[in-house]
Amino acid sequence: MKKEKRDNAYCLGIESTADDFSIGISTFDGRILVNTISAYVPLQGGIHPREAARHHAEVAGKTLEIAFEESGVIPQELSIIAFSQGPGLGPCLRTGATVARALATYLGIPLVGVNHCLAHVEIGKLQTGVKDPVTLYVSGGNTIVSAFDSGRYRIFGETLDIALGNCLDVFARKAGLHQNACEPFGAAVEKCAKRGKELVSLPYTVKGMDMSFSGLLTAATSLLRENKYKIEDICYSIQEIVFSMVTEVTERALAHTEKKEILLTGGVAANKRLQSMIRAVAEEHNARFSTIQREFAVDNGAMIAWTGVLAYKHGVVTSVDKSFVKLRWRLDEVEIPWMEQNFQSY
Amino acid sequence: MDGAKLPIILKKGAEATLYLANWQGRKVIIKKRLPKKYRSPKLDERIKAHRTIHETRLIHEAKKAGVPTPTIFLVDVKTATIIMEFINGKQVKKLLSNITEDERRSLCRGIGEQIGKLHKYGLIHGDLTTSNMIVGSEARIFFVDFGLGEKSKELEARGVDLHLMKRAFESTHSKLAFECFNTVIEGYSQKLHSQTVERVLSKVKEIEMRGRYVAERKE
Repeated sequence: MKKEKRDNAYCLGIESTADDFSIGISTFDGRILVNTISAYVPLQGGIHPREAARHHAEVAGKTLEIAFEESGVIPQELSIIAFSQGPGLGPCLRTGATVARALATYLGIPLVGVNHCLAHVEIGKLQTGVKDPVTLYVSGGNTIVSAFDSGRYRIFGETLDIALGNCLDVFARKAGLHQNACEPFGAAVEKCAKRGKELVSLPYTVKGMDMSFSGLLTAATSLLRENKYKIEDICYSIQEIVFSMVTEVTERALAHTEKKEILLTGGVAANKRLQSMIRAVAEEHNARFSTIQREFAVDNGAMIAWTGVLAYKHGVVTSVDKSFVKLRWRLDEVEIPWMEQNFQSY
Repeated sequence: MDGAKLPIILKKGAEATLYLANWQGRKVIIKKRLPKKYRSPKLDERIKAHRTIHETRLIHEAKKAGVPTPTIFLVDVKTATIIMEFINGKQVKKLLSNITEDERRSLCRGIGEQIGKLHKYGLIHGDLTTSNMIVGSEARIFFVDFGLGEKSKELEARGVDLHLMKRAFESTHSKLAFECFNTVIEGYSQKLHSQTVERVLSKVKEIEMRGRYVAERKE
């Protein structure tokens, strides 16, 4: 990544909520200079929080080096350090937070704790140019439909149990679909689903505006043992049903808020079938559909850096003694002063 | 829909369209669930069929609980259509601000009693707004639109139900909201044990504090 530096302020962002350790550097006017990601790949099974944290600690130094090298920024040029403070896995968050505190203290610059879910929305807006969207954020850890209203991103619907991406991952693992270590589990389900066409009955669970995926996962897993249906058809059915659930909730949020944009983000945003469903809803409501490239849709440091910039510009600074991680920090707990301008002058 | 003529669109919702029509010499409401292009036709059919049956069942169950609801004349699962009685009356929404204080109190108490009956019977309406309540002949209070309803005796579900009622008062009758909701609770308390009522009300408070719906929440 080559860039002209000019006189600018830089924010370094550290992301470590789950299996990825990532560093990004953003200028104060929103240019992303580097976004380097080191993924922890479990030898077997899912993410073990302690093992992931160990991975993060091991790669932290090297990832930082790469980030500085690729961006051409030197540590002394940084103005602030941002880190994802939650929600996420405790050991992983703590590792990232420790690196952030050390850097900020050493360099004598401010620290900014960033909400991980908020960062996904903000980097999506930065990358796509949408202003005030209904956001569907679907990943291995989160499933949230949100939109801005009076000061905060309100959550219109969310999962009551596991995340949609988690549901796909676990199924792919149990079905032994995953062949290629470089490929995400969800992609394996998507590939397999393309060859399916028979809709198998699985629970469709939307309660009010909230969704549940764990029952469907159990049902789908037990179908594997029955040997009655083709794996392709099961994958197809899982996708059709879980994506319809999130699409239904997104459509209702869109109808209710009367917003004119939909932003699709998170790791699952890469799925073509999900994209086509959300696009169809957008078209029906004359809304603009946007999704972002994978690098910025998955967990990444750049989103933390950019959101850190936004928060810092509006006076948010996290003192070291208040920089403890918040494992269950909800998106709708965060005040968003930079959006307020669109709606009222102050 | 043989015999249905001159259907007038009453309301177009996110999920269904309501028509006012003449059917077999009666004035009826036709509720038709709309197809969703984004989902596969087979899934679409399944969901619409399931919800049509579910809603019909709840409307019927509510009668058993002693709460007036429209009579169901015909259910066509294939076209996701319910044909039901047109209730000749006035929406509570339109009545509330045009009646005397005494009338308003007795109306709200009545609403509370109906909700109490539903909850006692294990039914949750799911969308308690003043536009989903119609005062018919002999001041009977009809509940309509059970599309978001469920069968449950859980505190959480009851709490959410009452919370929605409160929110409905606040958003459409803000000046009367406090009085109305309190009077609803008076009526509600007539139908359930005082202990249960207390627990449901503290649930309502808890739901409010969760803050998903309140802007003024701190910390």
